[in-house]
Amino acid sequence: MTAVRQVDVLVVGAGPAGLAAAARLAAAGAGRVEVLEREARPGGAPRHCAHGGFGTWTRPLTGPRYARLLTAAAERAGAVIRTRTTVLDWGLGAVSGANVLLTVGPGGPEALAARAVVLATGARERPRAARLVPGTRPAGVYTTGELQRAVHLFGQHIGTRAVVVGAQDVSYAAARTVRTAGAEVVALVTEHPRARTGPARARSARLVRGIPLLTDTTVTELLGHGRLSGVRVRHRDGRTTVLPCDTVVFTGDFVPDHELARRGALDLDPGTRGPAVHPALHTTRPGVFAAGNLLHAVEPAGTAAREGAGAAGAVLDHLAGAPWPRPGIPVTVEPPLCRITPNLLDPDRLDPDRLGPGCPGAPSHLLRTDTPLSRPVLYVRQDGRLLHRARLGPGTAQPYRTLRLDTSWHGRVDPAGGEVRVSAG
Amino acid sequence: MRDPEGPLPAPTGVTAEGALPGRPYDVAIVGAGVVGCAIARRLARHPRLNVALIEARDDVGQGTSKANTAILHTGFDAVPGTLEARLVREGHARLTAYAAESGILVEPVGALLVAWDEEQLAALPRLAAKAAANSYDAARALGRAELYAREPHLGPGALGALHIPGESVICPWTTILAYATQAVRAGVDLHLNTEVRQAAWDDGHRLHTSRGVLRARHLVNAAGLGADTLDRRLGRDDFTVTPRRGQLLVFDKFARPLVRHILLPVPTALGKGVLVAPTVYGNVLLGPTAEDLDDKRATGTTAEGIALLRERGRRILPALIEEEVTAVYAGLRAATGQEDYRIAAHPERSYVTVGGIRSTGLTASLAIAEHVTALLAGTGLDLGPGSDLEPVRMPNLGEAFPRPHQRPELIAADPAYGTLVCHCERVSLGEIRDALAGPVPPRGPDGLRRRTRAGAGRCQGFYCGAELRELLERRGRGERA
Repeated sequence: MTAVRQVDVLVVGAGPAGLAAAARLAAAGAGRVEVLEREARPGGAPRHCAHGGFGTWTRPLTGPRYARLLTAAAERAGAVIRTRTTVLDWGLGAVSGANVLLTVGPGGPEALAARAVVLATGARERPRAARLVPGTRPAGVYTTGELQRAVHLFGQHIGTRAVVVGAQDVSYAAARTVRTAGAEVVALVTEHPRARTGPARARSARLVRGIPLLTDTTVTELLGHGRLSGVRVRHRDGRTTVLPCDTVVFTGDFVPDHELARRGALDLDPGTRGPAVHPALHTTRPGVFAAGNLLHAVEPAGTAAREGAGAAGAVLDHLAGAPWPRPGIPVTVEPPLCRITPNLLDPDRLDPDRLGPGCPGAPSHLLRTDTPLSRPVLYVRQDGRLLHRARLGPGTAQPYRTLRLDTSWHGRVDPAGGEVRVSAG
Repeated sequence: MRDPEGPLPAPTGVTAEGALPGRPYDVAIVGAGVVGCAIARRLARHPRLNVALIEARDDVGQGTSKANTAILHTGFDAVPGTLEARLVREGHARLTAYAAESGILVEPVGALLVAWDEEQLAALPRLAAKAAANSYDAARALGRAELYAREPHLGPGALGALHIPGESVICPWTTILAYATQAVRAGVDLHLNTEVRQAAWDDGHRLHTSRGVLRARHLVNAAGLGADTLDRRLGRDDFTVTPRRGQLLVFDKFARPLVRHILLPVPTALGKGVLVAPTVYGNVLLGPTAEDLDDKRATGTTAEGIALLRERGRRILPALIEEEVTAVYAGLRAATGQEDYRIAAHPERSYVTVGGIRSTGLTASLAIAEHVTALLAGTGLDLGPGSDLEPVRMPNLGEAFPRPHQRPELIAADPAYGTLVCHCERVSLGEIRDALAGPVPPRGPDGLRRRTRAGAGRCQGFYCGAELRELLERRGRGERA
């Protein structure tokens, strides 16, 4: 057995959440902070998002530039980033209350004990197989992630005619990457009645770039031997047709990369499929925190980075000896709401004063809706008792936008009561 | 760089393009599936023989062989007295020994024939008797309680089972590759991308292929789904191959703890039915369907097939259906309307047909090769002196033994084995480099996946797809991975 090396904080994943957490922790004097990254370079998904939309309104950045800034900030603060290092599993038996992670890299295997672990393993898109799309198994089938890596990191040739499955922000980014690679976008295909992106973006793609949008349409079969020759699609009204193409990109349908969380027996939230977390991002395994798109596939990089930075506060409290929250009271949503984070409350920490500046992760819950809601009102109930009612501003809540619910009602939760349910009306 | 005007180098080893050698071979084997590769390997033990193995696709094992259920059968349920029963029994023993010496992973998990109703329960003693008739005496009946103790995640309603402890799961990819590697190393020429279009006889075989004419004194027809077509081109009309499609689902590794044995249905008149089996790679397999088709290229999956499998799977192992699927695929078995292999020698034309090799072909492959070699000798082939082949050591793709990234001494000697490229399947750069430099190298991502598991995991290339393609292309340009 390899000797166990002791550090103070291990951050798993050098994407926006992990790098932001590491930067804050190292700057705050948390001791030895190591970021473990299985890929060759830090930065996470923004590295291959060649488009803009990162950074702030006052300082807009492309993805790669944003990734470099986050990396530089973490290193400047004193965090050690170890790339090409894969965390395989959790070690058996805690060392003096620490969690042990087993890793491997070009230097060989290592066992690392940490007083705190921050999981920031991010999210990925579900591929064709997981979506159970029938047909043959030809070449030319991508997710956006693979497509962007192929084009932006490796400069590879893709096909000449691509169908993009999905019509959300990431789908439009995929379409853009297809065009960058010199190929034509045959169509965007969505099972929904309309695109799940801002109307300006949808209009621009359709009218300015001439990319057709097929709504209420599903891909029912992939065709072709060797190379993709087309996709069969079916409209909700039963009509079917074949779109000839040599490339298809399955976009969106993000899932948390929760392998390590699951191996570590952390409780997962059924709505997010990521680890269940308390307002300050404690998981159900003592000493282990989680942040970023591992919690909610998927939110913008800025949200992930803010969460990472926020979790650092709770990590510092933990290192200083703060007690670990009790497994607690689940927070769940009712349809058409589809997920909420954080999704656990500690019965002993419902005092709203304690969730002030000391817990920067606590300002609000993030939610999503499955269908558009006009002038929505959120209701928070526990055991049928109304705790809170929040009107969400004018306009329509869209499936592609995050809804925020403040935490002012935490003090009204009955510590001995059942789960808290959030619904929309 | 070769002088373009100079003579062609003696073509040996593996080719995938260009003209075929003009000299006649002693034996040509058509079809580099598991059976064709096993026969090539067996003939390679006779150094005086000049053997060609030709394959229409760009890799070995690309037809029926690549889409099987990866089970090493005992043959307990074969039709007693058939050739198949004998060859599966012999093949099981031969392949078990061969796998042990070659590093091909076999996990002896055992099988349970699960009875879900009284009728099936009543059929179990008959199946035990059939097993005994096939010289398999280890089958034992299990009551309900013992069944659920052995398989706690089994769906409700099972009444009992027949336990077949000898059934195992095996790595089919390395089995085929081990045969092909040994054959090529011992001097067999493997010609890929070589489709037979016409065949003529003129005191020897002349095969008109997509890469020109290939001449051979003796021929083995191991063309799988195309065996009937090739037979007709050679003047025989003994059987017709009906492609029987089997669709399968592969579940994520998180499903592996849900099942401990191969869970077999009690066979009915409609076939062997849908099974649930662990794989040596740590996944769970659900399938196959059985659909008789007439299109030998219909290797697509269908919404109906997937729905049927999920419905069956939900009954057998309810929690399985909650896990993610990492692969959906279909294979075509060569059904011939007879419950036996169609292996026949045609001495007047110096050839042997190896047809109707069904899902048991992987298990039986080494015994089939032995049988076919004897038949070839009966058609007048002088095998010449024999010798043992150089043993082959295959990389471990299974989860039951340490993979390269789990071997510190290997990483210390070469850091590439600690550098993971495919994260889901934990495939290292070292393994990919070795596969690309192997005697039978992959020609694309699919071939690389079958040799290393790279790209076969839950993300299906989200992280590693582009890098794997880069490594393949670099090799294509003659650079080192």
